[in-house]
Amino acid sequence: MKRRDFVGLTGLATGALFLPSFPSLGNTVDPLRLLEPGLDVAQKKRLADVGLNAAKSAGASYADVRIGRYLNQSIFTREKQVQGISSTESFGCGIRVIANGTWGFASTNNVTDAGIAKAAQLAVQIAKANSKVQKEKVQLAPQRGYGEVSWKAPIQTNAFEVPIKDKVDLLLGVNAKALDLGVSFVNSILSQVNEQKYFASTDGSYIDQDIHRIYPSFGVTAIDRASGKFRSRQALSSPVGMGYEYLTPKAADKVAGPTGSDIIGYKNSYDMLEDVAAAAKQVKQKLTAKSVVPGKYDLVLDPHHLGLTIHESVGHPLELDRVLGYEANYAGTSFATLEWKAKGIPYGSKQVNIVADKVTPGTLGAVGYDDEGVKTKRWDLIKEGRLVDYEKIRDQAHMVGQKESDGCCYSQSWQDVQFQRMPNVSLQPGKDRLSVDELVSKVDKGIYIAGNGSFSIDQQRYNFQFGGQVFYAIEKGKITEMLEDVAYQANTQEFWNSCAATCDERDFRFFGAFNDGKGQPSQSSAVSHGSATTRFNGVNVINTARKLG
Amino acid sequence: MAILSKDEAQALLKKVLSYSTADECAVSLNGRTTGNIRYARNSVSTAGSQNSVSLAVESRFGKRSGIATCNEFDDATLKRCVQRAEEIAKLAPESPEYVPLLGPQTYVSPPSTAATLLTAATRAQAAADSMALCAAKNLTAAGFLDGGTRFQALRNSKGLEAYQQSTNTDFSVTVRTADGRGSGYAIADVTDPAKLNAKALTQRAADKALNSVNAKAIEPGKYTVILEPAALMDGGDLSLLGGLMYGLDARSADEGRSFMTKKGGGNRKGEKLFDERINIYSDPMNAEVPGSAFDGEGLPTKRLSWIEKGVVKQLYYSRFWAEKNKTAATAFPSGFIMTGGTQSTAELIKSTAKGILVTRLWYIREVDPQTLLYTGLTRDGTFYIENGAIKFPIKNLRFNESPIIMLNNIEAIGRPQRLAGCLIPPLKIRDFTFTSLSDAI
Repeated sequence: MKRRDFVGLTGLATGALFLPSFPSLGNTVDPLRLLEPGLDVAQKKRLADVGLNAAKSAGASYADVRIGRYLNQSIFTREKQVQGISSTESFGCGIRVIANGTWGFASTNNVTDAGIAKAAQLAVQIAKANSKVQKEKVQLAPQRGYGEVSWKAPIQTNAFEVPIKDKVDLLLGVNAKALDLGVSFVNSILSQVNEQKYFASTDGSYIDQDIHRIYPSFGVTAIDRASGKFRSRQALSSPVGMGYEYLTPKAADKVAGPTGSDIIGYKNSYDMLEDVAAAAKQVKQKLTAKSVVPGKYDLVLDPHHLGLTIHESVGHPLELDRVLGYEANYAGTSFATLEWKAKGIPYGSKQVNIVADKVTPGTLGAVGYDDEGVKTKRWDLIKEGRLVDYEKIRDQAHMVGQKESDGCCYSQSWQDVQFQRMPNVSLQPGKDRLSVDELVSKVDKGIYIAGNGSFSIDQQRYNFQFGGQVFYAIEKGKITEMLEDVAYQANTQEFWNSCAATCDERDFRFFGAFNDGKGQPSQSSAVSHGSATTRFNGVNVINTARKLG
Repeated sequence: MAILSKDEAQALLKKVLSYSTADECAVSLNGRTTGNIRYARNSVSTAGSQNSVSLAVESRFGKRSGIATCNEFDDATLKRCVQRAEEIAKLAPESPEYVPLLGPQTYVSPPSTAATLLTAATRAQAAADSMALCAAKNLTAAGFLDGGTRFQALRNSKGLEAYQQSTNTDFSVTVRTADGRGSGYAIADVTDPAKLNAKALTQRAADKALNSVNAKAIEPGKYTVILEPAALMDGGDLSLLGGLMYGLDARSADEGRSFMTKKGGGNRKGEKLFDERINIYSDPMNAEVPGSAFDGEGLPTKRLSWIEKGVVKQLYYSRFWAEKNKTAATAFPSGFIMTGGTQSTAELIKSTAKGILVTRLWYIREVDPQTLLYTGLTRDGTFYIENGAIKFPIKNLRFNESPIIMLNNIEAIGRPQRLAGCLIPPLKIRDFTFTSLSDAI
């Protein structure tokens, strides 16, 4: 709780305050400006060369320059009104160098020859100052220069080009539907991100990229005035690496949950009106749902829920910077050390095949090249329950005896230094044909959980506790009734070793995390996690209801 | 031009206002110059410097409002920025929650935080000292030192003018044993970096790391705990006390969706919800933790009592909600001060027959907003206390507990310490609920 966090609680800073999940809290600009072209590629190349040359002249053995224009637009509504429309732009340049075997970084919003040269010199000065207390010299995995290349996210409709009125109408329509169906309160939001990133390095790469993300969401609340009890249900949408086409629902993208559950999941398009109607019905049921009896249950987890469990218990422990101790002071370390991996202890059951990727179209992690100029790829992390690899970048590869980066280096803006971030991490669907109803039919005493709720895990990723949005009891192979006050506690290895079955690819879809935090100063990144509905046996479920005096 | 003086900032804002043709116009400038160093594995990992200034313009026509900003300051850019804010305002829907801009205000002058800041070289030296202390004991240090100067200036067409500059330096360090079986933590924030003793903080973290090796497992359940200030308040993440204070919002309580909601309607302001020894207030003039003189709209901050003798005395009212309820609006403070006694953490331990000392809590998340139930885990130094002394280190534990219940189970309150811009005492609490063990170290 620091002064700077509170200075802008109201007024001009309201938009920024409501955007904690945003990668870059830039300046607020009007929406029309967002459509103006930024610098052309030739100008960016010339400016980048100024930075690279200034860094080399000052004594850098390596340098990279990122010139970035980061656009965000968010619309916030509640009930019948628009609370705010925030359009922000952040433009500037970040320069990272190696001098005397040590990293240095400086950034500036003065994107001129003089401003960039000065930042380059400052970065080298910082690197040299730090090299005096440096113990491990930076070793970069070799990387060939790609010359002048570009990559664009394969979107159909640029959300920034859609009139604000259309977006406001959609959100107010969602709210109206929820109110018609009797909820007490409804909030809805639409967030869009466009990263226009130019990267140049002394390796000879000049990479121009255009990346888009979109996140529609809502929350409904039902209140029982007599008892004072209230419950909420959040949207089952996911942030995605797509354009406005995500908001045009297609029947083929809808996936029904188990019979009796009233849950609909979404693949590559989202039906916000349909979801809010389901939410309005479910949130009222939650007020009177049976409080869970704590104990061991077989859990059936839908992909919108399981995605976050994958994120916390697989994605994070396999980040090599955590494994090696670079995050010890903040995000933590990992149980999955190099020594642990060498022992060959099963991470999970034979059902568990987990891949990392930075290439799947429409996902949050998809880019052509990462923020240190490495072409992206897909690779195995866990094969048939065994850990086979980590998530790593150029200065880490040599520490695990490898010769190339995995291409998962990222910075949230031009202002911040790039570092190792999580790629998409996904549980592969089962190879045998298995529907959700078939999966549930084999469960004698279980709970089906849809949507992600409260989540918490220790700093080495052993012990976790997760809630959800909607819970249903499963008895003798059938969904019977809604439950409340459910959270499960488990140990990562025990949990993944209890993985009994996963549905086939018909049920596979991506969940997204828009604001994954790591690093000091803390940075945010966005990442997707795919899975199909999956069963875990004998997991400890607690009851979270409490009474205040 | 990252840090502008009051005169420079107001002259620029005055010029921007002169371009306005709107019914009302408010402008603000924010700037910062900061530098940081990060280290891990007893070696420097990354370091950087950030400089930026930005201008925001809000234009209003009737109840319609538009906002635009820029980060270039030539006249043409400034004029275009104002024009754009006005164009958006004309397109925006009328706001049913419109309140007029504030007129001229009188502000307190919080104690100055001006100080000589650390340079790249002095930051590197502080990190080197911290790492050397650990390397000499075969320990591994990971730390972060970050500091700088920030300013904010506001001005509007109703005559409001505000300006404040502040400096701050934050340091935290986690020390681990070479075999990874022990871990300790220390944190501090200061306005004057000369008052930062990175070596002493590293020593404290090192001691905790060495003493936490060979941790024993205890049964989860209800225990008396001593929560150090870092386990109660966190500068960046959700914390037990931070979550409670954030939750004192009148609107959500009046709407029926808060732990502060009164059964049958209204809110619980004026009710005794906590132990009568609980007193929490905010005061921008406090010498140890000087606060912001105004909020983002320019509303002046002042000393406010939030919880007095266990009674909730103050809720946060936005200007809109205050007007609707015919009460005064609240400028949300930049930090809180919890009063306490004179006992140190060591003295609290001495008076404890059986209990657990908690250095730090981690990954706290809300489980149930109805009861403000939170979950999270202990981290970086958890010890069992018996007969007034630390007996042995224990494995980390997950808790499920509400700060409302916690502040009713007070055994003792220690001496407040500065943390994250707040003054927070260590607390001894009975019946704190742990629900499972963690293998994390």
